[in-house]
Amino acid sequence: MPEITREDVAHLARLAHIDMTGEELDRMTGELSVIVDSIKTVSEVAGEDVPATSHPIPLSNVYRDDVIGETLTNEEALSGAPDNAAGRFKVPAILDEE
Amino acid sequence: MTDLTRLSAAQLAEKLSSRQVSAMEAVQAHLDRIGEVDPAINAFLHVNTDEALRVASEVDKERSIGDAMHPLAGVPIAVKDLIVTKGQPTTAGSKILEGWHSPYDATVVRRLRDAKMPILGKTNLDEFAMGSSTEHSAYGPTRNPWDLDRIPGGSGGGSAAAVAAFEAPLALGTDTGGSIRQPGAVTGTVGVKPTYGGVSRYGAIAMASSLDQIGPVTRTVLDAALLHEVIGGHDPHDSTSLTDPVGALAEAARNADVKGLRIGVIKELQGEGYQDGVQARFTEALDLLRQAGADVVEVSCPNFKYALGAYYLIMPSEASSNLAKYDGVRFGLRVVPDGAPTIERVMGATRAAGFGDEVKRRIILGTYALSAGYYDAYYGSAQKVRTLIQRDFDAAFTQADVLISPTAPTTAFKLGEKLDDPLAMYLNDVATIPANMAGVPGISVPGGLADGLPVGIQFLAPARQDARLYRAGAALEALLEDTWGGPLLAQAPEIAGVK
Repeated sequence: MPEITREDVAHLARLAHIDMTGEELDRMTGELSVIVDSIKTVSEVAGEDVPATSHPIPLSNVYRDDVIGETLTNEEALSGAPDNAAGRFKVPAILDEE
Repeated sequence: MTDLTRLSAAQLAEKLSSRQVSAMEAVQAHLDRIGEVDPAINAFLHVNTDEALRVASEVDKERSIGDAMHPLAGVPIAVKDLIVTKGQPTTAGSKILEGWHSPYDATVVRRLRDAKMPILGKTNLDEFAMGSSTEHSAYGPTRNPWDLDRIPGGSGGGSAAAVAAFEAPLALGTDTGGSIRQPGAVTGTVGVKPTYGGVSRYGAIAMASSLDQIGPVTRTVLDAALLHEVIGGHDPHDSTSLTDPVGALAEAARNADVKGLRIGVIKELQGEGYQDGVQARFTEALDLLRQAGADVVEVSCPNFKYALGAYYLIMPSEASSNLAKYDGVRFGLRVVPDGAPTIERVMGATRAAGFGDEVKRRIILGTYALSAGYYDAYYGSAQKVRTLIQRDFDAAFTQADVLISPTAPTTAFKLGEKLDDPLAMYLNDVATIPANMAGVPGISVPGGLADGLPVGIQFLAPARQDARLYRAGAALEALLEDTWGGPLLAQAPEIAGVK
C-alpha cells in the first residue's frame, strides 16, 4: 500500500466537505499513516474464495404494504433546519456567480 | 425510609406496584441524586425534570384507580443522547447538533413511554459514539464514579456512570464495537449488546449501520433482562429488525444456573495485553463457574486477531457515509463564511466547526477506505475478514453454549491518558468488537476489583440466543456476590466533593 501523503489528506477532506487548516492536515496525515499501517494486514488475511459479509444477519425481501403510513408533517420536517422558506429547506447559492 | 436510588429496578418496581412507594417519590429521589452528584460526574447532558415528574404523577393516578399497568411503570430511566426523543434536545455529543430537537421518538423511546417509564434525561457520550472514554464529547468528559480522575469508558460513559452513581436504576446505550459493554466493565455495572436486529434501531443516530445495536445498561442482570423485554422485538420502521419474538429473558435471569452449561474460554482474548488484575479476576470467575457445575472448555478463534483492524475499516467507512447528512441544510449548525459563499463552502465550514477531531479522523479514514482504487483492498477485505470471524464463532459454538472473556483488557485509565494516541484508545475494544462483527449478543457483568477499580467479565452467545447470556450472567453474578457479601457497587467510594 502506498503511504498517505498530505496531498491525499487534503483531497479526502475536500471530498468529505471538511475545511482543514494546515496544522490539521499535518496532524491528520501523521495519525492516518499510523492507523492505516496498523490495519493494512487486513487486506492479506482472506483468500479470494472467502465471500464478503456486508450484514451480520442477512434478511431478504423486507417490504411493507404500499399504503400511506404515519409520516412527518412538512412543518416537523423543517423544524430543525437552519433556514427554510415556502415549506422548503433554504440553502445559499448552489453555483458560483459567473 | 430506604434510599430509593439504591434499589434495583426490579425491587423498585415491586415497591411501586404494591404502592409502598409512589412514582413521584421514586423520580424525585433520582432527580435529587442527579442534582447532588452530577456536577461531579457529568453523566447528563439534559435533565428532563418536568416531563419525568408529569409521567410519574400519571402513573400514580392510574395506579390509584386500579388500572392494569406495565410492571416497570414508574421506574425511571436515562437515555443515551444518541437516541432521539421528542420534547428534549438530542446532541449526539456533537456541536453540530447543539440545540436540535427531533420531531419524532425512537422506537425504543416510544416503548418506554408506552410502559410509562419516566425519562430522567439524556446521557453524555463520545461524539457520535466514536470513542472508548467519553472524552470525545463536545460537552466535556464524564467521570468514573469509582475514581473521578478516571474515564467511565465509552462511548456510553454517561449511561454507565449514571447507573453506577445511583442517578438512575436503568439506562439505554448503543454498542457498535463495545460502547455498552466496555463502560459497563469499567464502572462495575451490567451492559448488554443484544443480537443484531433484536432491538429496533429506528431513531438511533447511525454511526456504522451494520454494527450498531441499542441495549440495556443496569446494575443487575435481571434488570437488564426486564429492560430488554421492554425495548426488544420486531419494528417495521427498521428493515434490519428481526421478526423473532424477544423471548423469556427475565425468566432466564431468574433461573440462573450453569450446571451442565458448556462455557468456552476464548484462547485469543486473554493473556498478553490484558492487565494482571483483569486476568486474575477472570481466572477466579472461571473457577467459580467450574465449581458450580459448568463445563469449562477452551476454544480457539484464530481470526479474532484481525477483528480490530477490519473493524477500523468497516466502522469509519459506514460512518463517513452516515455522517454526510450533517451538511448545514436539514438540521443543526450552519456556519456561513464571509463573502457570498456557495453551499459547498458553507458545508465545508459547517463541518469543520461542528465536528471534533475524532469524528473528522474517522470520516477521513472512511473516505479513504471507500475511495476508488482502495475499496477492494480495504473495505472489501475487511468484509471478508468478517466472514472468517463468523466462521470462528460458528465453530466455537459447536463446542460451547456460551463463550467467555474479560470485557476489556484493562481497568479504567486516567482522563487524558490515551487522548493523543488513537491506536491505544482503539485497543480497548479488542474483546468486544468480534461480537459486533458477527452480530452475536454479549453481556458484561461485574467481575470484581483490581487495584480498587472494576473489572468486567463478558459472555457471548449465538445470534438469537440472548436468553443464554442472562442465564449465565445471572449465575456468575450470584456466585460472585456470595463471595463479596453483596453487590460490587456497595464497595464503591462516596463520590468526592459530595456530602
